[in-house]
Order: sequence, then C-alpha cells, then structure tokens
Amino acid sequence: MSTFAEILLNGLSLGSVYALIALGFVVIFRATEVVNFAHASLLLAGGYVTAVLHDDIGFWPALLAGIAGAALVGAAVEFLVMRRYRGGDHSVLAIVTIGVDILLTTELTRRMGTDVLTLGDPWGDAVLRLGPISLAHTRIAALVAAALLITAFLLAFRYTSWGIAMRAAAESAETAALMGVRLGRVSLGAWAVAGGLAAVAALFLTVFPTPGLERATSLAALKAFPAAILGGLDSTTGALVGGLLVGVTESLATGYQSDLTFLGRGLGDLAPYLVMVATLLVRPAGLFGTKELARV
Amino acid sequence: MSEALVKPLRAVRSRTYVRAAGGVVLLALPFYLDRFWLQAGLFAMAAAIGAIGINLLTGATGQLSMGHAFFLAVGAYAYCVFAADGGDGLTGLGLPTWLAAVLAVLVAGVAGGLFSPISGRLSGAYLGIATLALVFIGQHVMFNAHELTGGANGRDVPPLSLFGLTFDDRELLVAAVPFGSAEKLWYAGLVLLTAGALFARGVLRGRPGRAMNAIRDHRIAAGVLGVPVARHRAAVFVLSSMYAGLAGVLLALVFQRTVPDYFGITLSLEYLAMIVIGGLGSVSGAVAGAVFVSVLPQLLTRYSDALPLVSAPGTGGIAPGEASRYLYGAAVVLVVLFLPGGLVGTAVRRRVTTQPGEER
Repeated sequence: MSTFAEILLNGLSLGSVYALIALGFVVIFRATEVVNFAHASLLLAGGYVTAVLHDDIGFWPALLAGIAGAALVGAAVEFLVMRRYRGGDHSVLAIVTIGVDILLTTELTRRMGTDVLTLGDPWGDAVLRLGPISLAHTRIAALVAAALLITAFLLAFRYTSWGIAMRAAAESAETAALMGVRLGRVSLGAWAVAGGLAAVAALFLTVFPTPGLERATSLAALKAFPAAILGGLDSTTGALVGGLLVGVTESLATGYQSDLTFLGRGLGDLAPYLVMVATLLVRPAGLFGTKELARV
Repeated sequence: MSEALVKPLRAVRSRTYVRAAGGVVLLALPFYLDRFWLQAGLFAMAAAIGAIGINLLTGATGQLSMGHAFFLAVGAYAYCVFAADGGDGLTGLGLPTWLAAVLAVLVAGVAGGLFSPISGRLSGAYLGIATLALVFIGQHVMFNAHELTGGANGRDVPPLSLFGLTFDDRELLVAAVPFGSAEKLWYAGLVLLTAGALFARGVLRGRPGRAMNAIRDHRIAAGVLGVPVARHRAAVFVLSSMYAGLAGVLLALVFQRTVPDYFGITLSLEYLAMIVIGGLGSVSGAVAGAVFVSVLPQLLTRYSDALPLVSAPGTGGIAPGEASRYLYGAAVVLVVLFLPGGLVGTAVRRRVTTQPGEER
C-alpha cells in the first residue's frame, strides 16, 4: 500500500509538471489556433540557460534568467516567424513550428553534446519520510511550484485584462480585434507565457531522480503533447487533467514494471501515448475539448 | 489537368524530350558513378517513395502524420521477418524475397488500417500528435520484441532476389563495369519509384484525388457533396503507410541492416520537412524534397573538409548531420513563409502565370 501511495504521489508530481507544459501548449493554441510543435525546444532552451548560468550567478537568478530566456525565445519565434505568415491555414503554421523545432533542438543539442548538465537546484537528493512513505524533496517542490503557478495562471486568465483579452481572442479573433484587443500582443504574450512555463517545467524534469538536462529531456517534454490532446487541445482544465493522468499512468507503469515484464522494458515512457490513443478512440475531441460544431 | 490542354503542343513535346533525356541519364548513371553517389541516390529514391506517401496524406488530404517512421519500420522489419531463413536465431519465415517484399508492404498497409478508427476521425494537428504515439510504440516494440527485430542491435537484411538475379555484392560484369548491390538496386529503385510516382499521380488526378483535396479544403462541404470523409481519410492513411512500407523495404535493402534507432521521431520530422520543402500535395514536390533532404547530409559529409563552418563529427565544430538539419529546418520555415507551394510549386507558377484552382 505504501509503495502504491508513493507511486501515486510521484505520479501526481510528475503529472503537475506535464500539466505546466501542456498548459503553455494550450494557451498558444487558444490564442492563435496554432499547434506548437516547437514546445519541447522552448523547454530545452529554458533549461539550458539555467544550466549554463547557475554556477556564476546562483540558482534562483539563473532560474529567473531561464524563464526569461525561454519566454524571449517563444516571443521571438512568434515575432520573427509566426507573424510573418500571411496565409490562413493553421495546419501549415503547425508545420512551420516543426521547422523551428528542428532548428532550435539541433542548436541546443549541439551545444549540450553528450553532457548531462545539472541545474544546480537546492534540493539535491534529499528525501522526506512520512511514516512508511518516502518522497524526494524535488518531487514535493515540483508539486507545490506547479500548483502555485497553475493557480496564478488560471486566476490571471480569469480576472486580469490580459486574460480577458486572450479569452476574447480565442472566442472570436475578429470581434476581439474590433473591440480593441491587440491580437499581435495577445499572441506574443501567449508564446512568452508558454515559454516561461516550459522553463519551470524544464527544471523539474531534470532534477533528482533524473540525472540532469540532456538530449533525451526533449523526449520527456514530448509527453506533454499527449497530455494536452487527451485533455482536449482548447481546454485549460483538460491540460491539467491530461497532465495529471499522463503523469500518474507513467509513474504506475514504471513502478509496477517488474510485474509487467512481459510487455517489455521501459513501459513507463510508452504509457502516456497508450492512454492518449485509448482516450481518442472513445472521445476524438479529448476529455474536455469542445466538440467541433460547424455551420454550413 | 486542364493546364495541359491549354498549353501549346510544342511545350508539351519539349517536356517529353526533357523527361526522356532525364530517364536515359538515370539509367546510365550506374555505369559512371561510384558507390557513394549510387548509395546517396538510392537513399533519395527510398525517401522519395516514402515522401510521396506522406504527401498524399498530409499534402493532398491535409492530415498531418508524425508517425511515418513507424510505417517505414514496419516495412523494413516485416521484410526481414518474411525473407530471413532464421539462421541467426531470429524469427524468419524463409519466403521468396520478392514475396516477402510484397507482404511487407501489405503488412504496413494493415498496420495503417488498424489505426483507422483514429485516422478516420481526427484531422490536422490532432492527428499529428496522435500519430506521434505510433513512433514511440514502434520503438518500444523494436527494442523489446527481440525474436522479431533483434533488439537494439537490429538484424541483417537478406538481399532481394528476383528471376534468379540476386541484389547482393557478388560482382557481375555489365559492359566491363562491375555491378555490386548498389548498381543492381539502383534499377530496382528506379522501377519502384516510377511505379509509385505514376500510381500516386493517377490517384491525385482521378476521383479519389479530387475527394482528398475537397476534404483538405473544406471537410464539411466535401461531406455535403457526398464524399465519405472518414472512409477517405482512413483509406489515404492506409495508402500512405503502404508507400512508407515500400520505402522501408528499399531502405533496408540499401542499408543491409535495420536498427531501431534509425526509425525515431527525427525521421518522421525529416519526411514532413521533405514534403514542405518540395511542395505540398504533388508527386514531383515530394520527390524534389526527398532528394534535397536526403542527399544534403551526405553531400555535407563528403565535402566537409572543403566547406567553411562544417567539420567532421567529434571535432567540436558543426558536424555535417547537424549542418544539414540547420539547413532543412531553415528551409522549412523559409519555404512556408516565402515560397508557399514549395520548390516545385514555385517553379510551376513561374512557368504558368495563372493557375486555376490554386486559391484556397
């Protein structure tokens, strides 16, 4: 039972990190209707900035720099690439983000080489024991940070004028523009916020028990895609639920790996995708996604 | 299409001459080129077959697929399983190799068909992410189903033999030129690519092609006009995975060994890059893009000493593989922003000033 509780808590913590990434993904989709395949590389960029700077300026400033860096990269992608596209086809823009992803990932992985970079986090490998359950400090920090950030984000989305502008743009871009919402600024903001959230997620994807920031980190970040899709691409609630679901499943599959050896090793990495496919079979629009309705 | 009707006869005739000359050059190349160039050409041919498949799906029907690498893997490994004789301790059925190749393509098609509950219902980027699952499931199976795939080390690919001719490295003198596997496979690749291209062109120009474009341009309108949207989407997905399967078989034959690492997410992205760079929705675009993306890294490797900024792998500079990824990543972005229609589309537009049906 205690192992189950441990696995569940670890899964929730991992899931909250995925939810952070998926949230950024959903924010971009809602604001601009573009599916951002470059999201994993934004995450890598944030993590890389933190990893490079933490020796010189300390962990917290480096983390802030990482968040700012990833937000800047996101904004730059929006400003330099997305905004230049004059056509109306959003699936073509999705392919552009694939091109951007190839560029960014190549550059970052080239800089990293085969190194495993640490981000210099203050938690190390300390473990908290609550009776029979032991939980790494990093996992608790991840859960708390993600919960705080997500709450702050949802409140801002609901009550600030920035959030209202963004929701208006998502509802109907043209009407919002006529009401004085600056669409360019909204989408720039969405990309920057998504980058910042991804940079925080990068920290928690690379701390203990994972070895550090390396090439494979972008593969871990990719798991937020199934999270966003299974929750429903246009739903912030969906991103949260999807993230948690993916995290818990992955954690369970990894935790009970020894009982599942007939399915092969490394099942945990596969679990998010299997959950997504199973969900899509039943609900093609995801759990919380709006069913596509169209008037002809 | 109608453009052929309005074009003056002379233009049509001169184009036929150009094509015939191109065909002769392609047929003669194995007599003159060394193995490196032939292999580069073979990779380009295999990539072109796969790119035609994904262009039918993504370019013509608007269904984004990031799972193309999976179907390439299915083709490559299915061929090995059917054709191998089981001598190396791995499962092998020992079928005639040509039959194995046909069956491998069919198996890839079946794999695509099994995904039809999802490929029929989802569209665009949703499907793109859903198909991402296939790549990871495929890698998991490849690493774990040791009996079938040989695990992380991969397995050897039995050489193709057809009508008593074996496409292996035993040298065969043709007009005083020694023919190894690359020279022989060159012709097999040419035949397969031509057949695949003609078939795809037939599909695109006929009723199914119209239906596919209608689905891409306006799904609901297509449905109202009587196009069974889900069935077409699923069918194109199957067809595209069969093309990928064929490309996988050819790649396996060229490589002579299949390893799971090759069939990762990067490969899927490469195929998407090919069709965007070449031109979405056309056969010639797929071929042009495939040549660009698959020959580029090999060119850069070959001439890395002579090129500025590029250096051999492991020396600290930009390795050729990375340099080519920069180039085609940038090419994807630039082509979409500045050359909508891709390389081929732009070339065509320059020739034909007004093109009907291009507005979307």
